[in-house]
Amino acid sequence: MVDRAETPAPLIRQPGVGSLLLGWLRSPGVLNATPVLIFFLIGFVGPLVIVLAFSFTPERTFDLGAGFTTENYEHIFTESYYISFIWSFALAGLTVACNLLIGYPIAYGLSKLFGRWAAPVMLVLVIPLFVSENVRLFGWYLFLIKGGGILAGGLKTAFGIDTGTLLYEPGTILMGMIYVYLPFTLFPIVLGLSMVPRDQVEASRDLGASRFQIFREVELPIAMPGILIGALLTFVLAVGAISEAKLLGGQNTPVIAQDIQHEFTYAQNWPLGSAISVLAIVVTGILVVLVMRRLDLDRLLGRR
Amino acid sequence: MVNAAPILRMVNLTKQFGRLVAVNDVSLDIQEGEFFTIVGPSGSGKTTLLRMLGGLEKPTAGDIFLRDERVNQVPANRRPTCMVFQSLALFNHKTVGQNIEFSLKMRGESRRARRERGLALMNVVQLPEDYYDKSVTKCSGGERQRVALARALASDPDILFFDEPLSAIDYRLRKLLEVELKDLHRTTGKTFVYITHSLEEAMVMSDRIGIMQEGRLIQIGSPNEIYLQPRNKFVSEFMGEVNTLAVQAGADGGIDCPAFERRFTSPVKPDGFTDGYLVIRPESMRFLNDPSEAENHLEGSLFNEYALGSRVQYHVSAGGSMFVVEKLREQAYQGGLNDDVLIGWDAKDSVLVTD
Repeated sequence: MVDRAETPAPLIRQPGVGSLLLGWLRSPGVLNATPVLIFFLIGFVGPLVIVLAFSFTPERTFDLGAGFTTENYEHIFTESYYISFIWSFALAGLTVACNLLIGYPIAYGLSKLFGRWAAPVMLVLVIPLFVSENVRLFGWYLFLIKGGGILAGGLKTAFGIDTGTLLYEPGTILMGMIYVYLPFTLFPIVLGLSMVPRDQVEASRDLGASRFQIFREVELPIAMPGILIGALLTFVLAVGAISEAKLLGGQNTPVIAQDIQHEFTYAQNWPLGSAISVLAIVVTGILVVLVMRRLDLDRLLGRR
Repeated sequence: MVNAAPILRMVNLTKQFGRLVAVNDVSLDIQEGEFFTIVGPSGSGKTTLLRMLGGLEKPTAGDIFLRDERVNQVPANRRPTCMVFQSLALFNHKTVGQNIEFSLKMRGESRRARRERGLALMNVVQLPEDYYDKSVTKCSGGERQRVALARALASDPDILFFDEPLSAIDYRLRKLLEVELKDLHRTTGKTFVYITHSLEEAMVMSDRIGIMQEGRLIQIGSPNEIYLQPRNKFVSEFMGEVNTLAVQAGADGGIDCPAFERRFTSPVKPDGFTDGYLVIRPESMRFLNDPSEAENHLEGSLFNEYALGSRVQYHVSAGGSMFVVEKLREQAYQGGLNDDVLIGWDAKDSVLVTD
């Protein structure tokens, strides 16, 4: 005979925190996500935490325990590093703006007008993505280079016109970025526009809307999630762009990624490189959160 | 009314999509204030016809006149007409109020004037005022119908087009909305052009009905004319279940039915009738105790019976085909299944149609 506790056990036991946690860990969703979660923690969160920690260590140290300081962040603003922030964000902003202007009409054609020509057009837009970005930019480089370049050389041979070079200008970098990132703006807009029902467009026309009013009142609001996703994706990629500035800009125009690379390699100043990285991530992150709050991803992916 | 100039006139209207002739040589006048319904099965071209009238499709041939003005090339946004779509096509990203006021906003009316008109229209279609700021996605099926209706009425169009707006609605609500729509037609005095695949729905609401078959308008008439004098077998069968017998014109004014080797007394024959079908409605068919009780009769056996509420329907097997007989519940057949029965009808209750 075993002695029983004096108070009778309640009929339904309230689950404790421990069993709740255990239950959560055992749920199929969490179990299935575990491998990805572990990979994510080691491969993504871990390095980021290390970079964050380094950004607060004294200049030119390689030791996380060397002390705590915010001087790296001060350096960004007291020295000229903030200029590359301005260049990167300005170029990224301009890239997004130009790509929206170029991408929307193409996306509209792809989803509404081209019909059976949509697939070939899509293919033409996708095929360049199979070639490395650097190789494609080198192509532009050869095209634009002074004297022997395809453009300058061609003009000289054919018409005898002597031109300078378009290389090493911010405008050339922008062109390169527009060229490289157009598909990332375009395809989400195509997705967004494909959510615009034909009958709603017809109904608005029937109710007296002009072509522009249909665009403003019906097409734009309905396609907005796709447009925002495209803009965001392009912006995030463009802020981190480096090849365009290096190849087409000849390093005359400083961008963030170039600064970071410089600090981590040539300058051997990991703490400053880390601080620049963290600041870039924070600023971009804030923008992403601001945009994502307006988005309903479930609706975009057609789950509702 | 007949003498007044039609508000809408179609002359030899034709629409082709590639080799498919969707609408074939349709000519029709619709009078001001009329509730006209075009009925046809799916694929009969009725939606294409309506879309041409609304300006959403351009005719391949023929003309459309709106109050004597040719409008073939006038786009939808410049026609004084408005359509209620089958899908309703409500703007899901807008509120009830914004949907209703859409056409007013497009005209550049002030926010205050829009709101006033919007609330008045919500009253007309019996939507509660506090729905004004509600998202249309949160409205029920019936409420969405009302929003679509109010939205179409907002621009005060001369003609309202309806593209089967009630087809996706459950039976009880549909019956209610049919009545409301007909009442709305009376109170607004506007011209309604409605299309549906349900002749029953058309009967309830319409002043006149046009029947479409394979792109052609094959009969136009009041609900009564369509019901009592269907022009061909297609129209008569479109009405619902009817009894049809293949017949030929016989000697001495009667009609011969080869399948039963009988001669029946004939109703009024269409001009030049030689062969076609004798149509007898289920409610005109009676059970007889003796062949002398009706002008025509057939012997058969009772196969099955179906209660329809106020009426009872019987299937009677005779000569290898099934006949439908309908009686009021109070006059139900007293007897059992497989009884040998006599069914009969009088010539005046039957109609002769061609194929």
